[in-house]
Formats: sequence, structure tokens, C-alpha cells
Amino acid sequence: MTWDYAPAPESTAMVSIDNTYGLYIGGDFVDPASGEYVKTINPATEEVLSAIAQADATDVDRAVEAARAAFEPWSTLPAPDRAKYLFRIARVIQERSRELAVLETMNGGKPIRESRDIDVPLAAAHFFYYAGWADKLEYAFAGRRAEPLGVAAQVIPWNFPLLMLAWKIAPALAAGNTVVLKPAETTPLTALAFASVCDQAGIPPGVVNIITGAGETGAMLVRHPDVDKVAFTGSTEVGKDIQRAIAGSAKHLTLELGGKAANIVFADAALDQAVEGIVNGIFFNQGHVCCAGSRLLVQESAFEQVMAKLKRRLGTLRLGDPLDKNTDIGAINSRAQLDKINSLVETGVDEGAELYQASCDLPDRGFWFPPSVFTGVSQSHRIAQEEIFGPVLSVLTFRTPEEAVEKANNTPYGLSAGVWTEKGSLILWMADRLRAGVVWANTFNRFDPASAFGGYKESGFGREGGPQGLSAYLRLTGP
Amino acid sequence: MAQSTVAPQSLVDELGDAVDAVGAEQRAAVLATRSIKRSSKLWALELAIRCCDLTTLEGADTAGKIRALASKAMRPAPTDPSIPHVAALCIYPSLVKVAAEALRGSGVVVASVATAFPSGQAALTTRLSEIEAAVADGAGEIDIVISRGAFLAGRFDDVYDEIIRAKEACGEAHLKVILETGELGSYGAIRRASLIAMAAGADFIKTSTGKISPASTGPVALVMAESIRDYADMTGRAVGLKVAGGIRSSKDAIRYLVIIHETLGEEWLDPGRFRIGASSLLNDLLMQIDKQRSGVYSDPDRYTLD
Repeated sequence: MTWDYAPAPESTAMVSIDNTYGLYIGGDFVDPASGEYVKTINPATEEVLSAIAQADATDVDRAVEAARAAFEPWSTLPAPDRAKYLFRIARVIQERSRELAVLETMNGGKPIRESRDIDVPLAAAHFFYYAGWADKLEYAFAGRRAEPLGVAAQVIPWNFPLLMLAWKIAPALAAGNTVVLKPAETTPLTALAFASVCDQAGIPPGVVNIITGAGETGAMLVRHPDVDKVAFTGSTEVGKDIQRAIAGSAKHLTLELGGKAANIVFADAALDQAVEGIVNGIFFNQGHVCCAGSRLLVQESAFEQVMAKLKRRLGTLRLGDPLDKNTDIGAINSRAQLDKINSLVETGVDEGAELYQASCDLPDRGFWFPPSVFTGVSQSHRIAQEEIFGPVLSVLTFRTPEEAVEKANNTPYGLSAGVWTEKGSLILWMADRLRAGVVWANTFNRFDPASAFGGYKESGFGREGGPQGLSAYLRLTGP
Repeated sequence: MAQSTVAPQSLVDELGDAVDAVGAEQRAAVLATRSIKRSSKLWALELAIRCCDLTTLEGADTAGKIRALASKAMRPAPTDPSIPHVAALCIYPSLVKVAAEALRGSGVVVASVATAFPSGQAALTTRLSEIEAAVADGAGEIDIVISRGAFLAGRFDDVYDEIIRAKEACGEAHLKVILETGELGSYGAIRRASLIAMAAGADFIKTSTGKISPASTGPVALVMAESIRDYADMTGRAVGLKVAGGIRSSKDAIRYLVIIHETLGEEWLDPGRFRIGASSLLNDLLMQIDKQRSGVYSDPDRYTLD
């Protein structure tokens, strides 16, 4: 007897999507100067959801001007009042959480379980957290004087659209800056819904501006001469380009870029939970996670046991309609990303790695990739070096803790790492040596607004979350 | 019956007793969000009835109470023949004879707790003779408690040896071994106790007596199910899981079925390998079945109370 769960789709009734969206500048939606709009789709069905304004140089000017005009009154507002606005945003996000989760899933392809239980609650948590700091800046950095930087240009990726928006906007506003944010080309809808969250919360016009468009819009925004701070999350390639472009200017910069994290499993680890951590590390959000545990390093003596458990677990992952409450693996975010994943997986096969894929039916329409695991991978394979940004795991083995550290660090990136062992002393020994901004011990992909997140090496610099994330939006002077 | 020949320590060495609490609880929490609807819900509700060990374990139990509950076990919904009978009636040893008489030929098994339930604090000979007497009176299944005293004192071999003796005393009767997980202190200890009980020949491992809190929880069931899976992989022997204690709603029952389904697979969705020990769950299952079929909830007085 088989027990197939009946479809359990989340209702889309509470979501209303406009046919077109303009640019949110100075508290109003305005038409783009170019009059150009580009369609945004649901990657799970390829259905067109809306048409989105494409901001050009004129629009970028307008948005930065609006943010500049709002800066003086916003930054001089009594701090408890700024906090009050942020608390309001957090509460409105909570009140509209179902709508935002469904919208996020429709536009991005991620499972509703994740947008409902992770993305949206964490986005609200970030606003709550930084609301609490807004009137305590003097205490966050004892003895130092903290001043806002001015206008922040923020460019965010498509993998966690609302959550990345929260990571960017919450600390910026708490510190007294005003912002111009550009969401990713493929996932603008929750950012545009956030504009109405700001309206509901009564945010003064111009404090938050949201402009949409392709990469060129982002490039113009970060280069704008009247921008004081640039915060970018995205690819290392674009990050380097931004750094080059603003070199020599007075702009402050934080970059959160790619990763190729090692998830290191020692033989003595709690293996069932380690396997959950491996699955969560690489298949969470279809692997569209900059800190994904895309390289699994398993101690050789536990290799067979771990692989047997992992393969069995892959068989229970439920891939399909992202709006179904029982879906574990949703759609790939875009055709371009699917092409990239396909091409890197081909490379892996060509290089001689052994590919294992969970047997699951892929829907006919939309962009899909089955959970995949490469074994027989060595450090010199491209799939062990390049970020795939998809549900593809490369498995390597190691013999000693020293070798695990050496392999884990042998990458241009350094965003995150995971260590699985029952031995506390080994966790500390490893954490001291791993060159990664986040080291998770016996867990993976856990986020908290109070905890700083950011990279080493080509994974970027600057931290988001915690008081460190606040300091990225402040000029700290004094002793 | 084929006995496992694996010594408990080598089994623990081989399969490990490390369990990470954060990870286990996180996994159980995700499984608890599964949304079971329509036909799949109806199927699960009926399965839950077939897997139910209808239970009364009270000092106040009498022959009359047992006869009444026996008829409930055989015909949970007297006016609806489509509703299956439960798996077993779970009672104290002194009432086994009455139950066996009442249930004869029905397909409902008499399950008796034994071994100085719930504490297990009696001499081994006393505990073993209790099993023998219950089996002689007609019990087809025996639910014993492990010696938590011995387990917590680190005398794992004693725990193992006593279960082996209990299994011998059971003869043909099936042995369910209650770990009383709420007294073991950690998930790692629960995994270790699970492995010891299976190595000693348990047909089922069971979470709780229902007499102490916490009783069965999602993460506990998950950890025990993972132990069963690893043990089956290693030895080829399929051991059943019984969850018990505080399971009152259909929602709870379905959550356990989901844990079993996604950890052990469909082979375990069967009364031969999964049981739910409960006293008040049955009527909620019946009410939810009617709701699924008709779309509306019925008056609670339509469901018999025995």
C-alpha cells in the first residue's frame, strides 16, 4: 500500500499582483523615464506575473535625489521615533506574512514551506532586531560617536529576495541612512510589495526607494556620485566590478559574494543529523544559497555509511509545485540559472566524477533540476572549485582533521563552513583554522539577526547581522 | 523465532549512539508541517485505527470495564461496518483472561503490560513469572518495561540480559519493550536503549508507559525509527515501533505516521510494524473520518464511550 500525500497547495487568493509596476521613488510609484517594462514570471510554470519598470540613468538620479532629500529629516529624527517606524515595518511583515510568503514562492520558485517558515519570519526578525538598536547606537559601540553615512545604494540577489532586502534595509534605516534598493531582475515582486509595507508603516517619503531593472540599473546605482554607501550581495564577478568602479571614491562598501562551503563530517558525528545537515546545506532553496554546503568532506572511514544514508534520504525529497505545502525542492529560479547548472554538471561528468541523481519526475513546464550528488570528486575538479548555485553536491573524502582544514580552505571563497562531530574540542580546533565567515557546528544554514554573517577572501567583506551589521552603515569616530 | 546474535556493545559500536538534539528536533519539526489532505488523510486515519492499541491501565479497571472496552476495540463504530477493528487491547495482566474471552475470534490481540509495570522495580523472577502468567491467560503480546535503574547506572548488559529472559518467557507471544524515554535523559541514550532492546530480540520497541511525562514526542519517535532502520539494514530483521502516551488527536497520530513513512518507509505503515498506544484517540479518529467523508463534524455523542 502506498501513501501518496494528496496535493496541498497554499491558496494564492490573498495575493494581488498588479499588471505593471512602476518605480517606488519618494513614496510614490512613478513611471520609468524610458517607459520600458519587462515581464517577470513564475519559474515553476513560466506564467507571466507582471511587467516591471526598467530604471535608466534618469530614474536612478531621481531615486538618489529622493533619498538624499529624505536623509536630513530622517537622520535627525529622534532615535526612538526611527525605532518606532522599524517596529511597524516588522509588524506589518508579520501581519502580511502569508501574502508575502506566497508571493515570494510564486516569483522565485522556492517551496512555500521555506518562504513561510524561514524567509518571511527571518525578514520580520531582522526589522525587529535592528529596530531595537536604533535608539541605542551610542551603546552598540561604547565610547565612539556613531553617525549615519547618508544614502545607501543596495543591490540584492534573487535567492532570498525579501530576506536580503531586510538584511540591507533594516540596519541602514536603524543607523539613520536612507536607501535606494534594487531587487534582482527575476524576483522584484516582494520588494515591490515591501513598498506598500513602507506605506502602511508610514515611512516618510524618500527614506526607502525601490527601483527595478537589469544589471545595468544596478551598475548605474552603485556608481552614482551622490551615493555614500554601497552594499551588494551577488556574484563575485559583479562584486569585483563594483569594487573597481568605486575605487578612489569616498563610498563605503560591503560585499557579500559567492561561496563554495565545505561541510565537514567526522566519523564520530551523529550521522542521521549530519545527513539532514548535508541535505539542508545543499538542497535548501534548490542550492541557490551563497553559503550552501556545496562541498561535502566526509572522513573516509564513514564514507560508505554516510553515502548510503544520504542516497536513501534523497529518495524521500519531494520535488514539485513550490506552492504545495509538502514540497521540499522547488523550481530553479530562471532558465539562465538552469542552463548554468546543466553546463557545470556536464563538466563534472566529463571530468570523470560519478553522478547520482534522485529519481523524481520533473514537471513539464518551468525550470527544474533533480537533487544531484557527485562522488569521486577531487579538489582539481571544476565542480569542486566553482560555485554551481544549484542542487548539486560534490563529495570529497579526508583522513585527518588537518587534511579536512586544508581542503576546506583550498578555495578562493570563504563564506561558510560546517563541522559535524560529537567532540567539542575538535569543533573549536576546526573553527580556529577554517577561513570562513561563518562556521556552523552540528548544524547548517542557520540564520539569526543577532549573528554576524559575511565572508573571507573572494566571498566578500563586511558583515550583516548583529552590531557588526550596524557598523557597516555608520561612521564611527572617537577613541 | 530467529534471535539476533549481535552483542549489544558491538551493535552500539557499529551503529553509534550519537544523536544531535538540535538536528533531531529540527527534522521532527519539519515533518510535523506535512499537510495531509483528502484521500491521503482518510487513508491515514483508517490506518491509525488499525494500528491502535486501545489501552486502559488503571488501578480502577474491572472485568466490566475490560469487556466494554473489548467491544469498542472490535467495533469502534458499531453502526459503520467499514471501520476496521483496532490492533490490540492493552491492559494489566490480572485482566487478561477476561479480555481473551471477550476478544476470542475477533482478530483483536490481547496485549498485556508486565514486569512490574510501570516502574519495573521488582525482582527479575517476579517480573518473568508475571509474563508467563499473562501469556498462559491468553496474551498474544507482552509490553515490558526495561530496567531504567540498570540502564542509568550503566549496567547495559543487565538490561540486555533481562530482555532476553523476558523474550524467552514470552514464548510465542510478541514482545514489546518499553524504553520509558522520558526517564533516559538524552536522545543518545534513547538510541542506545533502542539498539540494546532490538539486539536482545524485541519485536517492537515502545516509547513510554504513559505514566510519566514527557511521554512520546516527535523527535523521540524519529530517533527510535532511525535506530530501527539502521538495525534492519545491518541485520535484516524488521522491528516494530510503538508510540504511546498523550496521543489524543488525529493530528498527533498522523504526525507519527508521517515520521514513520519518511524514515522507515511504507513497509512500516502496518499494524505488524507500527502501533499507537492510546486510550482516548480512537473517537477523534472516528470523528475525523466522518468529517472527511461528509464534510461536517458530527455530534460527539454519536461516538461511543466505553
